[in-house]
Amino acid sequence: MPESRTPFSMSRGIPEQGAPASQAGQGGPLPSGKQPAPTAAQESGVGTDRRHFLKLVGAAAVAGAGGIASLGVLQEVKASQVLAEATGPGKRWALVIDVHKIATQEDYQAIIDACHRFHNVPVIAEPKHQVKWIWTEDYSHTFPGLASPYAPPELQSKPFLVLCNHCDNPPCVRVCPVKATFKREDGIVMQDMHRCIGCKFCMVACPYGARSYNWLPPRDFLPQINPDFPPRTTGVVEKCTLCYEQLAQGLPPLCVEASKGALVFGDLNDPGSPVRAAIASHYTIRRATDLGTEPHIFYIV
Amino acid sequence: MLHKALKGSNKYWGFLAILAGIVVVGVLAWLREHALGSGPTSGLSRDVPWGLHIGQLTFFVGVAASAVMVVLPYYLHDYKEFSRITVIGEFLAVAAVVVSMLSVFSIMGQPARVFYVLLHPTPNSIIFWDMIVLSTYLGLNFLCGWVVLSAERQGMPAPKWLKPFIYWAIFWAPSIHMVTAFLYAGLPGKHHWMTALQAVHFLATAFAAGPALLIVISMIIKKVSHFDPGSKAIRKLAEISLYALALHLFFIGLEFFTAFYSQSPGHMHTLEYLYVGLDGHRDMVPIVWASSALALVGLVLLAVPGTRKKESTLTVGCLAIFFSIWLDKGFAFVASGFVPNAFDRITDYRPDWNELLVAAGVWAVGVMVFTLLCKMAIAVKEEAIFDQQGQRQVR
Repeated sequence: MPESRTPFSMSRGIPEQGAPASQAGQGGPLPSGKQPAPTAAQESGVGTDRRHFLKLVGAAAVAGAGGIASLGVLQEVKASQVLAEATGPGKRWALVIDVHKIATQEDYQAIIDACHRFHNVPVIAEPKHQVKWIWTEDYSHTFPGLASPYAPPELQSKPFLVLCNHCDNPPCVRVCPVKATFKREDGIVMQDMHRCIGCKFCMVACPYGARSYNWLPPRDFLPQINPDFPPRTTGVVEKCTLCYEQLAQGLPPLCVEASKGALVFGDLNDPGSPVRAAIASHYTIRRATDLGTEPHIFYIV
Repeated sequence: MLHKALKGSNKYWGFLAILAGIVVVGVLAWLREHALGSGPTSGLSRDVPWGLHIGQLTFFVGVAASAVMVVLPYYLHDYKEFSRITVIGEFLAVAAVVVSMLSVFSIMGQPARVFYVLLHPTPNSIIFWDMIVLSTYLGLNFLCGWVVLSAERQGMPAPKWLKPFIYWAIFWAPSIHMVTAFLYAGLPGKHHWMTALQAVHFLATAFAAGPALLIVISMIIKKVSHFDPGSKAIRKLAEISLYALALHLFFIGLEFFTAFYSQSPGHMHTLEYLYVGLDGHRDMVPIVWASSALALVGLVLLAVPGTRKKESTLTVGCLAIFFSIWLDKGFAFVASGFVPNAFDRITDYRPDWNELLVAAGVWAVGVMVFTLLCKMAIAVKEEAIFDQQGQRQVR
């Protein structure tokens, strides 16, 4: 049943495999040790490898979208190679959140911190200007229109993790005028903060409120800066990128690592994957499915 | 021909100097926003990421599109009464497009990257099309206005080669406002915006507010110069504005029926937020009722023949229509579209004073562009004495 096409199937053994990273996420030293040695280009906040990777992925997306510019053709072969190496062909990543397995407030915070600390997400007190990649909402606000006052009390009092839904049909990608946000073949809705012009149309279009604009200079709100991920500048939009940088190394997303098994990550196209097993064996719901966006974050309630 | 805009009284130069001062203040406020971030300087939030400036874009694209209400009757239906005022309408469109484009530029978090829109053309994005249709419309109106005015200056009819450009501008005018409506009308989950009626509703408000503004401008022109735009033209514009306003109010009624007869929460909530307040949030209520009251004043003053024909009451009516639609479409429409948000919560929006200063700077640029172009047109018309129909156009 378990097939080991890529190192990714390891995500089945999440608690064990992810232990070092989750420690780091809980306030310890930043997990820079996992990464290759930092390059000189990281002065500017971007690793050369990552930038190269992102560029190629972008080119592949452009070519895939049918806009085969001459540049796209030149880079197409190389880009697809990189993609194949990084993520494997024919994948469709998804996340299943088992809300019953997250017990305490500390457990939630550990998951959020693992993401926010690694990705240099600024810590802003004013709710109107917060930057959030993954955070919690209550049941009735996560699923407006779906929540019933007669639902189990446990459900009603439970926080729900919310993040980008990595939609199959993302409105944010449709409206972006510069392809700063684009969908990868493996389903990740990417955000290139170096391309973003800050028009905020994607925030307007996202029906999940999953996108954050840098209303304030983010570096002023970072207690410590992780040199392995570029901090952003004022005036760009950012969001969860499903830890593409982790996936490129064959590791699951940081939130999954830090979740002690409550978050299941894997390939929906693989019938033997843990996400397929979780969805097949539990009743799951998704946010606002009536909008035709095909969200890919599933909740076991 | 431009030199004609450089000859004027002290009052004229004083007016331009005041405008230049407001532009400087606006630029400083914009720089302040970029130094501090838009958090403390805009009043916007993660729940309401678009506000005043996008409202200005929406409203002034409408004003620009409404130039077609003088261009089309004059060129397609040979409605001669509009011959004097057509150039003024086209130059108003130029200024309105400038205001629209600057408004949308001023919201960009990374203004230095705006050229990416051309470098990475993305046809599935409505902003990409907005940029194309607006810059094209700007060029078309400037070209048509300039060439026709040059011909008038030389006492010649407009050259034949201009015809295709005039027809192009005529069918382009509604398209610029349709594209603006498409910014809103295709977003899943934004129930207040996502209505197929949006594009025609935008055109109705545009054809009410635009001609109303053109009438007010004509009154000012009559006061400050010897050029007479023509009372028949003004009366026809008043009729156009009246019918468009009536359509706008009718469309509001249609939205109410759909929302409240269906009892669909997504459709009802925003209307409740606007007109009576929702969950104690009543910020928009006075604005929307002020807009409604002004619309009613405009409707009565323009519908009753006595007040429509009298210049003073007509001007009051037109100002009422202009500000009614500005409050509604230029302000309330955008911010209320975010209520409730994706989590069924309400976040109010109040523009920061810094935001108002930026908008004032953008307005001042628009008024300046229009003043210069209009001054030039008036100078030509005053010299020509007779219009294309051989009627005296100078008092």
